[in-house]
Amino acid sequence: MAKDASSSTQRLETAAALPPAIKLVGINKSFGPVRANRDIHLSVQRGTVHGIVGENGAGKSTLMSILYGFYTADSGTIHVSGKPVSITDSRHALALGIGMVHQHFMLVDNFTVIENVVLGAEDSALLGPTLSKARDQLKQLAKDYGLEVDPDALIEDLSVGQQQRVEILKALYRGADILILDEPTGVLTPAEADHLFRILKTLRDEGKTIILITHKLREIMAITDEVSVMRQGTMVKTLETAQTSPGELAELMVGRRVLLEVEKGPASPGDVLLKVKDLVVTDDFGIARVKNVSFQVRAGEIVGIAGVAGNGQSELLEAISGMRDQTLGSVEVNGQAISAFGDDGAARLRDAGLAHVPEDRLREGLVTTLLEWENSILGYHNSYGSGLGLDIAKAKSEAAERIEKFDIRPANTALKTANFSGGNQQKIVLAREMERNPDVLIVGQPTRGVDIGAIEFIHKQIIAMRDAGKAILLVSVELDEIRSLSDRILVLFDGEIVGEADPATADEGALGLLMAGVHEGGASGESETEARLPEHVTPIEKTLTEMSPRVDKDESQ
Amino acid sequence: MHYYTDLILILDSTVRLAIPLILACLAGLYSERAGIVDIGLEGKLLGAAFGAAAMSAVTGSPWLGLLAGIGVALGMSGIHGLASINLKGNQIISGVALNFLAAGLTTFLGQSWFHRGGFTPQLSQSQRFGPISLPYADQVKDVPILGGLYSELISGHNILAYVAFIAVPVTAWVLFSTRFGLRLRAVGENPKALDTAGMSVTLLRYQALIITAVLVGIGGTYLSIAQSAGFNNNMSAGRGYIALAALIFAKWKPWPALATCLLFGFLDALQFRLQGIQFPVIGEVPVQAIQVLPYILTVVLLAGFIGRAVAPKAAGQPYTKER
Repeated sequence: MAKDASSSTQRLETAAALPPAIKLVGINKSFGPVRANRDIHLSVQRGTVHGIVGENGAGKSTLMSILYGFYTADSGTIHVSGKPVSITDSRHALALGIGMVHQHFMLVDNFTVIENVVLGAEDSALLGPTLSKARDQLKQLAKDYGLEVDPDALIEDLSVGQQQRVEILKALYRGADILILDEPTGVLTPAEADHLFRILKTLRDEGKTIILITHKLREIMAITDEVSVMRQGTMVKTLETAQTSPGELAELMVGRRVLLEVEKGPASPGDVLLKVKDLVVTDDFGIARVKNVSFQVRAGEIVGIAGVAGNGQSELLEAISGMRDQTLGSVEVNGQAISAFGDDGAARLRDAGLAHVPEDRLREGLVTTLLEWENSILGYHNSYGSGLGLDIAKAKSEAAERIEKFDIRPANTALKTANFSGGNQQKIVLAREMERNPDVLIVGQPTRGVDIGAIEFIHKQIIAMRDAGKAILLVSVELDEIRSLSDRILVLFDGEIVGEADPATADEGALGLLMAGVHEGGASGESETEARLPEHVTPIEKTLTEMSPRVDKDESQ
Repeated sequence: MHYYTDLILILDSTVRLAIPLILACLAGLYSERAGIVDIGLEGKLLGAAFGAAAMSAVTGSPWLGLLAGIGVALGMSGIHGLASINLKGNQIISGVALNFLAAGLTTFLGQSWFHRGGFTPQLSQSQRFGPISLPYADQVKDVPILGGLYSELISGHNILAYVAFIAVPVTAWVLFSTRFGLRLRAVGENPKALDTAGMSVTLLRYQALIITAVLVGIGGTYLSIAQSAGFNNNMSAGRGYIALAALIFAKWKPWPALATCLLFGFLDALQFRLQGIQFPVIGEVPVQAIQVLPYILTVVLLAGFIGRAVAPKAAGQPYTKER
């Protein structure tokens, strides 16, 4: 780390002699009454990795869209390599050597890699010569930067990480020497993210300039030379990464000290309210994703399921809440075995006193084209009115009460759910499920894509439910969240519970090893798991034990 | 020998009946590959047929008729483009509206210009596209098997028919071997990919619509002044829709499109041939039952035999530049 820091300083010193790759002076951009960018000044040194961090809506994406020619700034100037330029469209940006890797890939799925790479950069009306030239060039790029992708593979057959490599290849093929990456690791597995960072480092060492937009402070600390912090449309500060800390960056991002620890008293567990026994769940392709899982959750405790995403958490939640048929095993709620089979499995579980906050609020928790009050009774609508009738007045007044209690903004029951921010949408789902006074609450990713203020509120509500004697099962990809909320932690790896930990005493390293599938004293598979270790435990996860605030990009944008 | 001549004749009328389908199907291929669903093909065929017949009747020149046919199709494509590309309207509604417009306007204008109940005047041989005899067609006529094949099936069609057949390999080449084809396919799948690469989605889609209009314009012209000798009411008779069905059946690919259109043409030809024939056991089958055969087979084929037909992903969706 220290060695890296010194070379980073060297790089910055060398770069300072040259004109900056990108220089923004006094950029302003408004959308109607919203001032997305206010008097932004930014200087990105050639041959460095420059991070840009900020909360949702801080204006990062707008700024980069101005740089890439999607928007035109209301005022201000852009300098590329010391020369003032005006970038009116993407073609212009590409001609200036600026390439962008979008968060959602801009690829044609049923085209081959090479077709995607040359699209829009063909040399002549006939494809033949362009394709053979591109083939040679892709080979060279693969050699130079470790960007290996089969040029004749169809995009739809590639993994997300490989697709991202195609996006980078597209930019490099067009001669980009300034690369903008917008939230590049949001869709990647830890191993793929590591690979990406290796590629980015090679690119930097070859003299390319990289701008990395992210909300993950760990990534900023691991790879950038300099970092700029944005808050509410303004550029707060640019710092040398080696001279700062995640804590300082987090503070600059939100403008106040972040309360990272959740205040809660000791748990007083009571009767077993949720009992899962020998549960086996298969996915849509018939592959077992949950293998013989058994555990119990008592009244008045929060049990957290930790694990690297994709190790069976989603299938476990879906089976317990009745969204997916369990293959084998049983689920007992309040001592009563409930079959989750069939389309009405979820309804039976609800009737038995189980409430569920699904992992993906947009796909599973809400119908975003419906109004707030309509969403706030979904799943419980049969208790409003009888027969064909619906007691709309009652539904609306109760929705209004919940809005008040959960501080949902704007406080308007007649607004389309799509028009609420991610945090408020999540509160609508939480309010709906919590206010039914269930005995068991299943919560998946309670704060994904939610801003810091709402995170605190949601955490407090979950603790309050526990203190009211409810049994809570929590699944989150954020290990910090699991650690700060849970009274017990179960670690899920490859569909099996591989360990249990006490959050008060467990250290992150040990949990990380469990999550990576390394069993304590599991001699049989040791050599195999050790070989696999670097795939799962990224250096970033290992070295940074500090907690970073979870400021996910809002998926609803 | 008798059966062989019969077969040649059926195949010959297969080709004749397939020509407008091939042209309309390729026309639809260009626009759907570019992401514009064109249910208005039917109306364009009809409009072009009327334009060509009217122009040829007035000027006496089939070539001016062809220009008029293409011109009408271009005008209708322009309306469709404006509605679905610039104004981001619903492409199905725009297409259906064009179909109604064509059906009503051709009858109305035909009546007010020519006073023949919506028909255009009967065209003389010189006002139409006549058959072209390929070299040596007469000389080889009596050569067994191959002679008949050449002189009846391959030779003796009009220029528009040959254009239709040449359009197939040309389309395949344009689509898969040229820069324009690559972009055309991309704009129907993921217009955003083109936009971020600095190209105009609007321009590409209009280019596709122009090609569509030219092809369907030739198809309509073929109907009224090559296959027939004048326009009559609703003479396109659903061929635009059948062409769209053929396009789906062919999975938006040029060579399969040719094969499918020939199949539909064959069914149609067979239907003509089977009318009035005594079948063993059942005897004579009513005309209507035979006429319905091609349509039943269309439904059966489309419903069960093509497997998964995946349309261009962005087909039917207006493109909005958002960020």
